Amino acid sequence: MATITPDILAAHNVTADEYSKILSILGREPNLTELGIFSVMWSEHCSYKSSRVHLKKLPTRSKYVLLGPGENAGIIDIGDGLGVAFKIESHNHPSFIEPFQGAATGVGGILRDIFTMGARPIAVLDSLRFGPLDDPQTGARNRRIVEGVVSGISHYGNCFGVPTVGGECVFDKSYAGNPLVNVFALGVIEKEKIFLGQAHGVGNPVIYVGAKTGRDGIHGATMASDEFTEESKQKRPNVQMGDPFLEKLLLEACLEVMETGAVVGIQDMGAAGLTCSTCEMGSRAGTGIEIDLALVPQRETGMTPYEIMLSESQERMLLVAIKGREQEVFDVFEKWGLDAAEIGIVTDTGMLVVKNHGEIVAHIPNRELADEAPLYNRPYTKPARKAPMDAPAFTSADLKADLIRLLSSGDMCSKKWIYEQYDYMVRTNTLYGPGGDAAVVRIKGTDTSVAISLDGNGRYCSLDPREGAKLGVAEACRNISTVGAQPMAATNNLNFGNPQKPEIMAQLVEAIEGMADACLHFETPITGGNVSLYNETLGEGIHPTPVMGIVGVLKTGKPMPIEFQSAGKTVLLLGGFRDQQDLTRFGSTQYANVIVGGPWGLPPALDMDYEKRVHSAIRKIVTEGLSESAHDLSDGGLAVALAESSFGGIGARITLPASERPEVQLFHEAPSRILVSTAKAQEVRAIADEFQVEIVEIGTTEAGKLVIADRIDASIEELRQPWSTSLEMLLHA
Amino acid sequence: MLWHRDAAIPNDIDAVILPGGFSYGDYLRCGAIAKFSPIIGAVKEFAAKGGIVIGICNGFQILTECHLLPGALVRNTNLQYICKPVALRVETTNTPFTNQATKGQIVTFPIAHGEGRYTADPETLDQLEAEDRVVFRYVDNPNGSLRDIAGICNKERNVLGMMPHPERATDPLMGSADGLTVFRSIVTAFAAK
Repeated sequence: MATITPDILAAHNVTADEYSKILSILGREPNLTELGIFSVMWSEHCSYKSSRVHLKKLPTRSKYVLLGPGENAGIIDIGDGLGVAFKIESHNHPSFIEPFQGAATGVGGILRDIFTMGARPIAVLDSLRFGPLDDPQTGARNRRIVEGVVSGISHYGNCFGVPTVGGECVFDKSYAGNPLVNVFALGVIEKEKIFLGQAHGVGNPVIYVGAKTGRDGIHGATMASDEFTEESKQKRPNVQMGDPFLEKLLLEACLEVMETGAVVGIQDMGAAGLTCSTCEMGSRAGTGIEIDLALVPQRETGMTPYEIMLSESQERMLLVAIKGREQEVFDVFEKWGLDAAEIGIVTDTGMLVVKNHGEIVAHIPNRELADEAPLYNRPYTKPARKAPMDAPAFTSADLKADLIRLLSSGDMCSKKWIYEQYDYMVRTNTLYGPGGDAAVVRIKGTDTSVAISLDGNGRYCSLDPREGAKLGVAEACRNISTVGAQPMAATNNLNFGNPQKPEIMAQLVEAIEGMADACLHFETPITGGNVSLYNETLGEGIHPTPVMGIVGVLKTGKPMPIEFQSAGKTVLLLGGFRDQQDLTRFGSTQYANVIVGGPWGLPPALDMDYEKRVHSAIRKIVTEGLSESAHDLSDGGLAVALAESSFGGIGARITLPASERPEVQLFHEAPSRILVSTAKAQEVRAIADEFQVEIVEIGTTEAGKLVIADRIDASIEELRQPWSTSLEMLLHA
Repeated sequence: MLWHRDAAIPNDIDAVILPGGFSYGDYLRCGAIAKFSPIIGAVKEFAAKGGIVIGICNGFQILTECHLLPGALVRNTNLQYICKPVALRVETTNTPFTNQATKGQIVTFPIAHGEGRYTADPETLDQLEAEDRVVFRYVDNPNGSLRDIAGICNKERNVLGMMPHPERATDPLMGSADGLTVFRSIVTAFAAK
């Protein structure tokens, strides 16, 4: 047996304390395979050891939540005997090392999390963050990463046959050495047919299905729990390879085998592969699992037990069937042309016993391995921040030029170049695809549709993680409400730097606490999610970037567009102008960032009570069919929202009250505001009054032009053209 | 739903649709593996007997691969997958798929493909045009297809291949119901029999 040396421990990212815990659990020294198994299960990625203490602060329940955190995905009740299963997950580290496969397998992984529950995936959204495309030092690499990630998502999602219906794409220097690829997936499930990853029933067979095991992705989870260094680029073999068509077959086979009634529990092999699926299924059921690796379908010869247990080869699942009904399982997988092999049985010992040709190569208690990972209450101080507090002196030379610059900037320009590479309508349920405030997907056979929005704002969070996280929740809920839906529940992806640095840990703690406050307030419990730490390159952390995926429900119908629909209609600003006197709170805006060279100060002020009343008001306005268009104000404030609302060809003539700081009035990102065009202004006003929120009439729609007081006078084409072509120009400069 | 491993088409089938998708993953050339699946032999027989066959998107690619239709579909000129609604012009109403349309009518169907650029030698293209077999043309060519061709039929006019998706344009909620024309035409063709 190999002796475990400090070098071996270091190579596995296992600390001395963690090693002594392993020694006390086993009562002996582990062999190398066992150490490998512990190292992946206790990696940050799999165990949440630095975040679990704080994740407990998040609300996770409501009357709609059928299944909260802890399983492969959360599930909420949407009526008609149906639920939706959804979750977001990151594939940040692999996407930096190998953008195409990294992103592709990110899509594959989250889809398996959904269909392993018994849900059929019906929508994917992506939240992407990259370094600036025009950066003199890193631009070329950033462009290559964007192209690779987008084509990877396109390749996997399109071939699998799930529509990619929306998301967000943001550029900032802090992501140049560490892009973020967060993928959200949602599936529909019959409430009575939820499958769990539990290995019940002593004596039941453990069956391996799907792709063969290779050497790819070994230690992916450990890599995802480490910072990037120059050597990281050599970790390419740690990135897995995806086969989306095989996953499509696996989906159909899994859903079909679940219908047979022969399946007790099922779990996908994601991070930490066979290791994670065996010990988690055993731990959840309080059972033991015994497998023999010689029975595992392998696509390479001479693989060691260590390699087989740690491989992260894609498109694999582990299921436990009822003893005596194995053949039903094999028949289904044979029909779909997939491998299925009985590799072991469920036992009553509580132990994970791994054999290789009958010889025991690992012998570990399941529960301790899966649930007794070290828990760190890491010290934290004040959140790191670099930006100054005070605003610099600035005055706009040309507001129209400023607006065009904002509309052409990476964050705000049209993302058509990206989303036209995604099949966003396959399965013919997409009522509102990419480009709106929220995506809307109908559930066939019911009157119900779901609305989904992904939102995060790293810049806000870099200035104040607590407030930034709240604003993220508020914006996602506002987006959902603007299409007329009721926000129901959330999933979160927490992307942060190295938690061993107290000022980074503080960002994580404050963001979670802010998110907890907001999710409680907006009644969107967190049903699951993902934490991605160590997003640092050469010691430099990313902006703290919590990403929210919020799911809402609405009655199926013609979706509310963001664009003005016809000339001569009243344009109203629901929520009002809000207090904009404090220039400190202007420092986080896109204007401050793109035009002035910020950021500085603080994120915009949020009044959660007011915000929630605005949501109620717009939901009522939209569901009663009183508006012709509705679009929430976010990046770039009022002027950008007006421009985006005009891109269908109908613009507006806007009058504004006098202001000493017209830049601030036009571009402030104060939340709780929605632009509405309507032929029924009186009724709309009455609803605003009912919910005690301000509403201001600011103008009238008009074909072909956008005129904002005496400040901006532009043809729509003048604004639309740079907005729609900018991303492609930035990419192919 | 017919299974790819089946070798026969049941007698009560009136029309066969080869839908979109990624047959066998299309990791080689789109449709190149699908043409070897057992059901394809039956589809060829069905078509030879005058049965109605439509290949949409991947289905069109398969029909060209197994030579029920001429030409080939190669990568879009921008080398990217493209998903968006596009305007098409109906070029002939003399087919079982367009008898309910008017010649020159503009319809909007979505496209969703990476390899949709229709290619054939000039003689074949001339022949298609001379025989009135170009069924749909792109108004604003999205993928570089030769002569803007979006859909063609065989000489006997019972086999149609097209890259755009009429089935995705069958509900106003989805943005367009123009695709119903194709399916209503087929029904009409049967009613006339």
